[in-house]
Amino acid sequence: MGKTFAEKVMAKAAHLPETTAGQVVDVYPDLIMSHAASWRCIQSLEKLGTDQLYDVNRIAMVMDHTAPARTAKTAADQKLCREFAKKKGITKFYDINAGIAHVVLIEDGHIRPGMVVIGTDSHSTIYGALGAAGTGVGFSEVTATWVCGYLWMRVPQSIKVIIDGPLALGASAKDVMLKLIGALTADGGTYCSIEFHGSYVRGLSISERMTLCNLAMELGAKFAYVPPDDVTRTFLREHGVDPLDYEEIYPDDDAVYLKTVHIDGSQIVPQIACPHTVDNVKPIHEVSGIKVDQVFIGSCANAKYEDLAEAAEILKDRKIAPGVRLIVTPASRKVIERIVNEGIFDIFLRSGAVITNPGCGACAGDGGVMADGEVTLSTANRNFQGRMGSYQADIYLASPSVAAATAIRGVITDPREFLVKEGQYI
Amino acid sequence: MLIRGRCWKFGDNIPTDQIVRSDRVLLPMDEIVTHVLENYNPDFAKSVHPGDILVAGKHFGQSSGRAIAPKAIKATGVGAVIVEYAARLFYRNCFEIGLPILECTGITEMVNEGDLLSVDLVKGVIRNESTGDKCRAKPIDPFLMAMLDAGGLIALAENLSEQQ
Repeated sequence: MGKTFAEKVMAKAAHLPETTAGQVVDVYPDLIMSHAASWRCIQSLEKLGTDQLYDVNRIAMVMDHTAPARTAKTAADQKLCREFAKKKGITKFYDINAGIAHVVLIEDGHIRPGMVVIGTDSHSTIYGALGAAGTGVGFSEVTATWVCGYLWMRVPQSIKVIIDGPLALGASAKDVMLKLIGALTADGGTYCSIEFHGSYVRGLSISERMTLCNLAMELGAKFAYVPPDDVTRTFLREHGVDPLDYEEIYPDDDAVYLKTVHIDGSQIVPQIACPHTVDNVKPIHEVSGIKVDQVFIGSCANAKYEDLAEAAEILKDRKIAPGVRLIVTPASRKVIERIVNEGIFDIFLRSGAVITNPGCGACAGDGGVMADGEVTLSTANRNFQGRMGSYQADIYLASPSVAAATAIRGVITDPREFLVKEGQYI
Repeated sequence: MLIRGRCWKFGDNIPTDQIVRSDRVLLPMDEIVTHVLENYNPDFAKSVHPGDILVAGKHFGQSSGRAIAPKAIKATGVGAVIVEYAARLFYRNCFEIGLPILECTGITEMVNEGDLLSVDLVKGVIRNESTGDKCRAKPIDPFLMAMLDAGGLIALAENLSEQQ
């Protein structure tokens, strides 16, 4: 009987000939990521009273959620991490200037096909974009894995999502995922590994694969996965990864899946996740016209270079609506470098946007929060009540194109109005 | 391990952001504990007794993996959480911090708010003493049971290193 990606990658990391869904195994992750919560891991380590780490080269630390520090407490937490990394010789330590952990680690060639990566962040599923198995764990587990090198994992069942492309005009990876989350609901993939296949996925950019795998978390997934191909190999080569340093893993044709879901990309219109759950998804025409106070382009879901370029295409030579706040938080310092070099930074600036330092920003409620009664349209991945300031505020989730169109009009707007008028796709 | 207490009942798909609101996560635990699940039942944090049992529907603890959510539930004195099924990270985090959790299909139909429940964690048997009904939960893996007995993962590791 064939094996899924999850069953194969778990076997590799558990040093077993094979594993089967449902089995509990001890897994040795190739990379252990901790972000703003790293100080909690360090404190747990002190409590354990040990100084021995299993393999310091498997540890990555990124100061992303609350950066730069706004309180003395946060500053002290970050200082603790900085000093710990120096003392232990953690070379994959990224300070407050780097950006969002997931994006930074992928950009810097630390994520490779066939790896198992754990992180103190639920959206660690994003590493599937490069054919790795990424998943979130708690901070005490990170501490324990720093010391022991392994942790328990249940081999998940898998869901096969087949997406046929190309997508319709105005649709993006974000719309595909919102459509899927709306259809399967927020617990439709609980504890599962979600494999993305189909003609849309083959040859897709790494940025869009990251969006697919990132949002798989909002189905409750444990892993997400896109089969590595030439796009993956080229991306890795360009980011300094030697082909001899990784092993691509593919599911067998006769692998056993919990279910298979088909999506026809040509039928997807821009989608909006409405308050207050990610699976409350509607096609844009049902919500267009709703007034917004703020638009946020940011987060590990949609603040990569390609996302910002997509928004800038619509914002070029236009101004945002009076009274609307457009906050742009690029995912990483490298993204900022690139948008500066390519003139996209200027487009945002001239449109009236405020551009912040790289990081999680408003998505994690760190700046860019709302007052009672306000509405934000965001490119992030969560819209739970109270996530961005007031409890009496609404968050709508959408693609960067929708965000740009909405910032210009001041109401939720279908980006195809701009794309068609400009004649770009006709 | 037998746990006995009154049932507090909650719905489906409750995110960690609503177990402890995002704007309260950085408060000290003695303040957080007075606000647990406040948006669903403001009386819960005020009136819960040590050993009471929290029952919820499907996908409990979805969203962010912050361990503060199960920690805060534990700090209220709740003796066990029984859910139709839990979000993956929440399930993991419960064992990590030493809060007993059982997954039991049909539990929300078998109990009402205020019923007296008893739970045998090792056998996975749940009794509704108010109605006489009983059911069986998915058993907890023995190594996870050991983690609960120790009071969580770090406590377990401390015990192990002391033994060595």
